[in-house]
Amino acid sequence: MKVRSSVFASFILIFEVVGIALFLRGFFPVPVKSSFSSKSSLSDQPKEPLAGSAPNSSRLPQPLFKRVVIMLVDALREDFVLGPSGRMYMPYTRHLVEKGSSQSFVAKARPPTVTMPRIKALTTGSIPGFIDVVMNLNSPALLEDNLIWQAKTAGKRIVFYGDDTWVRLFPKHFMEYDGTTSFFVSDYTEVDNNVTRHLDSTLKRDDWDMLILHYLGLDHIGHISGPHSSLIQPKLLEMDDILKKIHSALEAEGSLPYLLVLCGDHGMSETGSHGGSSEPEVNTPLVLISPAFKRKVGMEKPAVVEQVDLTPTLALGLGLPISQNSVGRVIPGVLEETSLRDQLRFLHLNGHQLSCLLKDSVADYEKDPGFEQFRVAEKAHGNWMKLYLEGNTSEVLTNMGKKVLKQYLEALAAMSSALSKQLGKYDMYSMVAGMLLLILLLAMPEALSGAASVDLPVLSALLSLPFYLLCLLLASVHVLVCTSAESSCYFCSLSWGLVFAAVAFSSAMFCILVSIATRRLPLGGDGEWSLSELDVLLLAGTVGHTLSLAASSFVEEEHQTWYFLLNTLCLVVFQDVCRKYFREQRGPGGDEEPILPSKDCRSSARPAAGIYSERWLALATPPFTCCAAGLLRSLNQTGVQWAHLPMSDTGSTGCSEHKLVLSLLSAFCLVLIYLLVQRRCSWVSKVALALGLLGVYSYRAAVGNVLFPWQHAGRTTSKGTVEARFVYVFVLGILFTGTKDLLRSQIITADAKLKSRGLWEIYSGLVLLASLLFRAHNLPVLCCCLLIQTLMAQFIWKRLHYDAAQTTIMHYWFGQAFFYFQGNSNNIGTVDISVGFVGLESYVEAPAIFLTALSTYAGPLLWACHLVCYLSSERDSPVALGHGCYCLALLRSVPAAAYIVLVTVLRYHLFIWSVFSPKLLYESMHLLLTAAVCLFFNTMEQSHGSSKS
Amino acid sequence: MWDHEIKAMASTHAIIASSVFMATVLPAVLVPGFSVYGAHLLWLYSVSGAVTVVSVAVFWLLGITPPTKKHTLGYKLSRVVRSCLYFFLSCLFFHTVVVLYGAPLIESALETFSLSVLLTSLTTLRCLCVLGPNVQAWIRVFSRHGAMSVWDTCLQITVACTLVGAWLGAFPIPLDWDRPWQVWPVSCSLGAMIGYLTGLVAAPAWIHYHRKQLTYKCK
Ligand SMILES: [Zn+2]
Ligand SMILES: [Zn+2]
Repeated sequence: MKVRSSVFASFILIFEVVGIALFLRGFFPVPVKSSFSSKSSLSDQPKEPLAGSAPNSSRLPQPLFKRVVIMLVDALREDFVLGPSGRMYMPYTRHLVEKGSSQSFVAKARPPTVTMPRIKALTTGSIPGFIDVVMNLNSPALLEDNLIWQAKTAGKRIVFYGDDTWVRLFPKHFMEYDGTTSFFVSDYTEVDNNVTRHLDSTLKRDDWDMLILHYLGLDHIGHISGPHSSLIQPKLLEMDDILKKIHSALEAEGSLPYLLVLCGDHGMSETGSHGGSSEPEVNTPLVLISPAFKRKVGMEKPAVVEQVDLTPTLALGLGLPISQNSVGRVIPGVLEETSLRDQLRFLHLNGHQLSCLLKDSVADYEKDPGFEQFRVAEKAHGNWMKLYLEGNTSEVLTNMGKKVLKQYLEALAAMSSALSKQLGKYDMYSMVAGMLLLILLLAMPEALSGAASVDLPVLSALLSLPFYLLCLLLASVHVLVCTSAESSCYFCSLSWGLVFAAVAFSSAMFCILVSIATRRLPLGGDGEWSLSELDVLLLAGTVGHTLSLAASSFVEEEHQTWYFLLNTLCLVVFQDVCRKYFREQRGPGGDEEPILPSKDCRSSARPAAGIYSERWLALATPPFTCCAAGLLRSLNQTGVQWAHLPMSDTGSTGCSEHKLVLSLLSAFCLVLIYLLVQRRCSWVSKVALALGLLGVYSYRAAVGNVLFPWQHAGRTTSKGTVEARFVYVFVLGILFTGTKDLLRSQIITADAKLKSRGLWEIYSGLVLLASLLFRAHNLPVLCCCLLIQTLMAQFIWKRLHYDAAQTTIMHYWFGQAFFYFQGNSNNIGTVDISVGFVGLESYVEAPAIFLTALSTYAGPLLWACHLVCYLSSERDSPVALGHGCYCLALLRSVPAAAYIVLVTVLRYHLFIWSVFSPKLLYESMHLLLTAAVCLFFNTMEQSHGSSKS
Repeated sequence: MWDHEIKAMASTHAIIASSVFMATVLPAVLVPGFSVYGAHLLWLYSVSGAVTVVSVAVFWLLGITPPTKKHTLGYKLSRVVRSCLYFFLSCLFFHTVVVLYGAPLIESALETFSLSVLLTSLTTLRCLCVLGPNVQAWIRVFSRHGAMSVWDTCLQITVACTLVGAWLGAFPIPLDWDRPWQVWPVSCSLGAMIGYLTGLVAAPAWIHYHRKQLTYKCK
């Protein structure tokens, strides 16, 4: 079966998109969420069960604690308090743990052991997924049902001092707060003093119910010098003193039953970092101190609980509803001193909440053993209540109550583990499957040769033995994985027929690719590798960029990599120009290339001065590109290194002088855009383009970014909906004209000129759309993009005889650099969501997402479109388009595939959530876009082929 | 066939490399508190000065510079003046390029300029010594199959190694390791220096092992 190489390439790209989607499915598991969008409230708490009559008593036990102080010490490891050295590090706390009225536990945190997800886990009781972060793109605030919200709604007054992550997560929740930033890791005294300085005055007052303290110093010490450094002990002693101060202040107050919680958000590995899942990172101490507990007589081995168990415990202790998505179970030790009826009631509330969550998140929840146990326990509870209300006080009743208690605890444990099994775990099976799909598709060295078509040996592969063996192997692996005990994979929930079809298909693909590869293998050896400096640079840059993705700093500062490569590219091109245009023609042999292109019949007739000026223009192009890149770079400084600097152009819209400059600049840019784009359009599109650009300017004026010459001073700024729609009409018009030209060139007349005009019109439609969507201060970026494209196409690519692969790589690099010039970065925060509202009255999902994606990826998209226009205008090599398409596909999928492998390897890295995951989303989005562009390439090549024949 | 020339080249390179070495060691002995990171500019100047003086002296003694057609004093003087001018222009050129690569424009202009002086003394100076102030010859040498003597090939290798070294030296700068050698322009100048020394070693070795394949048009 023969397939054209570009078809083959896009086919493969589509499969890569599928692979990436599978990988993402495994990497970001869908979080367990209850289906109710509202938060739980006191009024819909379940009734107390009662056998016989309908349960109608909604009595809730008295809250155990009136006041809660939570002292969270970042990176407090379990052995710092409860280990053998705890007596030396925190003597007072240790005394309380051993002799005081306290309860102590080892609380297990879930990976990723990073502060923000841990805070979310502690307050919501759920195990947050990365998807939550993406979903809450607009606001960093925690929207889920959580303990802090519940406390605030119940009228509790909360005071917070410490890490400002809390302030961002819970805006307007605290009666009083002071956030300290954890930006400077080298500072480990100021961060804590900033918290402690409020303590004395706060402890004296009694106008608060909940006090949260988050100390960062210990974590910073860990990052600087590890858990065994000499700085640790003084810091822990300081923490111990603070605990003593709080404890004695609370004791002195007397009347109220208080609760003092000492906990850590995560531990610290032996090197002092955290984020992974090793024992010392996961184990944190949890010490609860309250006069409501029995006094201890000696040190016992602390029990192990989950970190999320604190949430329902606190909620019940304070008389609040348990937050909806909590998967924790109440710590039974805390309830010990209350009456049996209250204990059962507490457990019932917790069980009810868990069973509701289970109902929402598990399909066949009724078969779940935990759920069944809960039903049984609830019934027994009802019977017990009936006897209790009848006034029975015998020994039998107590024993029966104890039995119900035990049943409840077992049910809670079973339900909690069933829920948390689905959470916070990477679905390795999907990840590996997605990864294999990607790697498998990279394994084809075909089409690189620039051949017009690829021969796929489908039949022979389907009839070969390896195919059947592979099918068998994959199927057995699938059966093994899915029948093993602890599996909750996406694949296993698919129907068997679908899975086996996929298995058969992928093994067939694999066989075909292997047979292609082996066929090419003997041929691969011949042919000399003679690389020019440009080739070396292009290869080294591609490989180097792919490798650089392994370092988090390079991912954060990826724009620097691209600027650097772009500059080098310009220098190498400059050298090439020097060499080809300016080299003296005194060599004896005739093997020197012609200095100037003399194929063009007109160029010989042109006066010498024209050739001369062209030479200098060609020479000036690379330095111009360099300078433009330098200027654009300072326009939108992206990356974390520049995050603290104010944006150079966006601010101060009120300043009229600034506005005037911006108006002149954008007017100039729009005129330049018109001049650059119009020259290859038909007259209809020329007019449409001019009107459209005028519309863009009036849209900007209506929004209030720029001044309109004959605008009344007092006019209020509108949303500019009319103007934007006016522009959309012209965009659609230009695109329509372009498509019409393309179709005509294909069906009616095989006219190459008409076709390239049609392509150019589609391109200019995109430019018009981009100029509408770009912010006013970003118009120079678009302008420079067009200018560089024109100059390069005019003087560099054609004149220096760069082949399709080289041109494609250059286009790709430029596209990447312009992606960052636009002000994007590898951080989710820089996505400009306001673009989704251009020309829309209200938020409509589909167009908003489309427009946002388009404006974010405008740079790479425009360069890719220009590549299509450029390559299809090259008449001398008919396969250029296919070759370019293939190169583009390869260029995009190599880093994507490598990145996926890297992310899998680094999945316990400290920055996996903050740095690597957003980049993963960007990569997959870009891959999707490239697949679309390649499909476009394909249709172009098809029409190219048909118009040729 | 070219054993004599290769030997001359190797000894020249040994002299230059030892001058670099001396330029690092001598200030460490003479100036109190000198270190390559700490007093980086001083090190830069001492190394570029030493390389400049030694290479000019060595190449002048060897007489590799293409023979001049006229032997008048005025012509020689004009060549020297043009060489100096080229040297200065090349400093400016490197400075511009480095700024375009993203070096701070104003803040550490002195550091950037020192780096460009170092790069010039490592690359352009050698071109001036071997080829003379003749841009056409430079373009010829740095294009494909343009080398016309062993010295041209050697020039290509050392210059390429120096520039690639400086280029690679810029990579560790964005990493967040906070090491003393990540400060601008320490890593770049160290990279250039290491690249230059590698080039000094690699050029004679490469030519020695490829002497069979090397054929020059005009020799
Ligand atoms: Zn932390
Ligand atoms: Zn930390």
